[in-house]
Amino acid sequence: MLNSAIEIAFVLIGAAQALNFYRLLRGPDLTDRILALDTLGINAIALLVLFGIRSASTAYFEAALLLALLGFVGTVALCKFLLRGDIIE
Amino acid sequence: MRHLLPRPWLSLTVFVLWVLITNAASLGLLLLGGLLAIVVPRWTQAFWSNPPRLVRPWQALRFLGVFALDIVTANWRVARQVIGPLHRLSPAFVEVPLDLRDPFIATLLGSIVSLTPGTVAIDVDRQRWVMLVHALDAPDPQALITEIKLRYEMPLREIFAC
Amino acid sequence: MSPLSESVIAFLIVLGALFVLLGSIGLARLPDFLTRLHGPTKATTLGVGAMLLASAIFFTSDGHGGISLHELAILFFLFITAPVTAHLLAKAALHRQQAGVAGAGDTPDAGAETADSGT
Repeated sequence: MLNSAIEIAFVLIGAAQALNFYRLLRGPDLTDRILALDTLGINAIALLVLFGIRSASTAYFEAALLLALLGFVGTVALCKFLLRGDIIE
Repeated sequence: MRHLLPRPWLSLTVFVLWVLITNAASLGLLLLGGLLAIVVPRWTQAFWSNPPRLVRPWQALRFLGVFALDIVTANWRVARQVIGPLHRLSPAFVEVPLDLRDPFIATLLGSIVSLTPGTVAIDVDRQRWVMLVHALDAPDPQALITEIKLRYEMPLREIFAC
Repeated sequence: MSPLSESVIAFLIVLGALFVLLGSIGLARLPDFLTRLHGPTKATTLGVGAMLLASAIFFTSDGHGGISLHELAILFFLFITAPVTAHLLAKAALHRQQAGVAGAGDTPDAGAETADSGT
């Protein structure tokens, strides 16, 4: 049962990633693209967690944590840039 | 104690996070976590504003429970709105007048409002103490304002006594 | 692993994946930026949170590593950062609409920062 649940979840999140890519390419504004990138990152965390459960390995955890941290910092930096035209004031 | 740990809650958070991340595999790691819990709040001292004291911890726990439940139920509502016909939505900017006067609690309230689906806190005007909220579906803005004030602001003010 | 914990994990995984998909549907389908913001910041966070919880239960009940709680660190982090991201993005979007950047704000009420009723 667990295996089929994981397969279903892979399909669902794959579809979600496709939708995020659509928004990333389509825009129309920069803020939309940043939001799409952020969501891509968070969904990638979900994929990593799924891989971890399927292979019963905790090795994916650090990658997921790094993705969460860098995704957040990246998004904040991009927003700052849009707001101020500068990242470090 | 006060001298060693100027911010006990921050120290506790640092320590718990360290234990979670390392899975607390050995005594050495626990000791290192304790050291970090003492050192990190000191290094970051300059960044922190002075939040009001937490006076009712038990009510805070109950509030957390209510909040967690709200996230799940309200997500369900937004899920239906996202799938359903879009022309029925009436997105709106709503200005919520605040009774609290503390930047830290206002930030907390903003985060809570942003996490409960259907609303995103955009800005807090600290001259007029008004929070600008964007709602996904708010046919009646006044109802939304009273809901936010009664459900989240009142308990927060009671918990932190401000 | 007991059948009970296995079914709980399976349920959490599928539920979480559904919410992640819902968040992305919101991102792709809703008409303007500020409404699009609602999907990913909340539904996605909740969805990924459910899957992280499933992972924590899985590695705890798996038996080969004792209690596994480090997923909770990511969970905690995600729930703290999601409102900050939403807040900054909303501010950036309003800022760009007011500055009149071409393509920013394909909404009728673009730039109506303090209007108390939208469309």
